[in-house]
Amino acid sequence: MKKHIIDFEVSSNEEVGNNAILMKLHCPTPLPEIKPGQFVEVRIDNEPNVFLRRPISINYIDKKANEMWLLVQKVGKGTNKLGTLQKGDTLNCVVPLGNGFDTKAAQGKKVLLVGGGVGVAPMLMLGSTLKEEGTEPTFLLGARTKNMLLEKELFEQTGRLLVTTEDGSLGEKGFVTNHSVLSNEKFDKIYVCGPTPMMKAVAGYAKKAGIDCEVSLENKMACGLGACLCCVTETQEGHKCVCTDGPVFNINELTWQI
Amino acid sequence: MADLTTNIGGLTLKNPVMTASGTFGFGLEFADFVDLNEIGGIIVKGTTLHKREGNPYPRLAETPQGMINAVGLQNKGVDYFIEHTNPQLKNLSTEVIVNVAGHSIDDYTACAEKINALDNIHAIELNISCPNVKEGGMSFGTSVPMVEKVVGAVRKVYKKTLIVKLTPNVTDIAEIAKAAEGAGADSVSLINTLMGMAIDAEKRKPIISTITGGLSGACVKPVALRMVWQVAKAVKIPVVGLGGIMNATDAIEFLLAGASAVEIGTANFIDPAITVKVANGINEYLDRHGFKSVKDIIGVI
Ligand SMILES: Cc1cc2nc3c(=O)[nH]c(=O)nc-3n(C[C@H](O)[C@H](O)[C@H](O)COP(=O)(O)OP(=O)(O)OC[C@H]3O[C@@H](n4cnc5c(N)ncnc54)[C@H](O)[C@@H]3O)c2cc1C
Ligand SMILES: Cc1cc2nc3c(=O)[nH]c(=O)nc-3n(C[C@H](O)[C@H](O)[C@H](O)COP(=O)(O)O)c2cc1C
Ligand code: FES
Repeated sequence: MKKHIIDFEVSSNEEVGNNAILMKLHCPTPLPEIKPGQFVEVRIDNEPNVFLRRPISINYIDKKANEMWLLVQKVGKGTNKLGTLQKGDTLNCVVPLGNGFDTKAAQGKKVLLVGGGVGVAPMLMLGSTLKEEGTEPTFLLGARTKNMLLEKELFEQTGRLLVTTEDGSLGEKGFVTNHSVLSNEKFDKIYVCGPTPMMKAVAGYAKKAGIDCEVSLENKMACGLGACLCCVTETQEGHKCVCTDGPVFNINELTWQI
Repeated sequence: MADLTTNIGGLTLKNPVMTASGTFGFGLEFADFVDLNEIGGIIVKGTTLHKREGNPYPRLAETPQGMINAVGLQNKGVDYFIEHTNPQLKNLSTEVIVNVAGHSIDDYTACAEKINALDNIHAIELNISCPNVKEGGMSFGTSVPMVEKVVGAVRKVYKKTLIVKLTPNVTDIAEIAKAAEGAGADSVSLINTLMGMAIDAEKRKPIISTITGGLSGACVKPVALRMVWQVAKAVKIPVVGLGGIMNATDAIEFLLAGASAVEIGTANFIDPAITVKVANGINEYLDRHGFKSVKDIIGVI
């Protein structure tokens, strides 16, 4: 897939709770082809303490509006700067990057999409793409507490939504891996994005249950293009770049002790 | 349009802008962003005799106006390069230069000899910042006798343009450059990364797996510029300047300090199309100041 450097125009940038923002970015030219699970490298301007671009997953593509959405948790210098962008500002992105999820592998299967924290971001686009391709997605999203769950309504509109919260304020109490759906229903494909401990727990469940499982990693990156070799993860075939061979890996490719 | 051609020790480049090893992959990674043939030269990822897995993750720390990396020369080895990568580079009409690394003199010579046999490759850049495993792990590039030994040995087997890439982690860079020149280098390039370190105070832990790593990016430019100027005064062979070049003005400063060509490294991560912009910017500068050729500004300081 051809990569582009594009100056997007911010259409809107809203606080969506849990210290996160949803940025809708208008593309001045028709949006390039983008797959769910792919990401962009955004350039953070006018923030002298940020030197490198920041990798952010593509949350959703609104084809009608020619907009790309980014869901960003403000955790540091760069992401906080993104929070200050206003309608009409530009955001320079290298897009699209990474391999994306294998949606073909979902065809005719019962699929579960698991997201935790800001890791729900790519799941919205994945779910809507699966739906377009004729697969009904079930989302299982985890949050610490009720108002930390991001984009709840959008997920509800896209598929069946199951939730766990650590304090029980919404959905079932506990972690995603404690949800009753995992023992009551049989899925044959799982996609996961979220904090590493959560991904490992879900991957462990999938492995034991013999379910095909893809995870999306968030290693630190410099180039995002497979050039610097900074973002590597350990795989069965040695070090691989998360930015080009990933960010999505089948758990069988990784060397996780699960 | 000024004359941008320049010579770096027997090798003529169509313009003075090259890419720094390890920051531009094999060039192909950037083909969506720039016309690779508009770049003066593409210096590919450091290549060793045998495949190397490199250092464990994490390998990267962002620092003020720069970054520290500890990739550890991860590469698939010279045979893989010759069989699988080089065929994809053969049709390029720019100079492709292989950065050769090693951990013993035999490694360097064996690797250089294999590359000498490739018709489309007219130069190597010898990375002498690597630790010499046989002699206590000190970097080859930090002592005059070791530089003379490794450059001399490679010179015997490598018949085309030999660029020796210097480490800045030395007391007297001019003395090292002279040693490389004396041992048969056709040109020297500098600087490789400066040794640095980053700590996460909250976690009370180093940020990268190897604790120390190589600092690059905008923050190293003043050090790099000073060293290029010192070396250009000390040797007769052409000098290739790099370290922290982020735009055309930075590149021009290196030319003024005595570099016959420049390399762009970390800046490729921030703007993947920067190389061609810098080449165009140099041309624009020369036109604006009425210089007919880039050679008119090399080393005027
Ligand atoms: C492929 C990929 C997709 C991503 N998608 C999203 C997304 O959709 N939404 C989102 O909010 N974030 C996403 N991230 C994480 C995001 O890139 C980091 O949160 C961001 O780079 C932090 O930048 P900063 O300048 O705000 O933080 P800094 O000031 O650089 O650091 C602040 C803190 O954040 C931590 N941090 C820095 N980089 C990362 C990282 N890559 N992963 C986790 N923690 C990090 C640092 O260790 C530090 O503790 C993604 C990361 C990757 C690799
Ligand atoms: C991620 C990374 C990998 C590098 N790998 C190599 C390498 O394999 N061989 C080499 O000679 N230099 C390597 N370098 C050093 C650069 O080529 C260059 O000398 C240095 O980064 C300074 O230039 P800059 O500030 O423009 O990046 C690497 C630098 C970076 C940032
Ligand atoms: S971030 Fe540079 S290779 Fe992945």
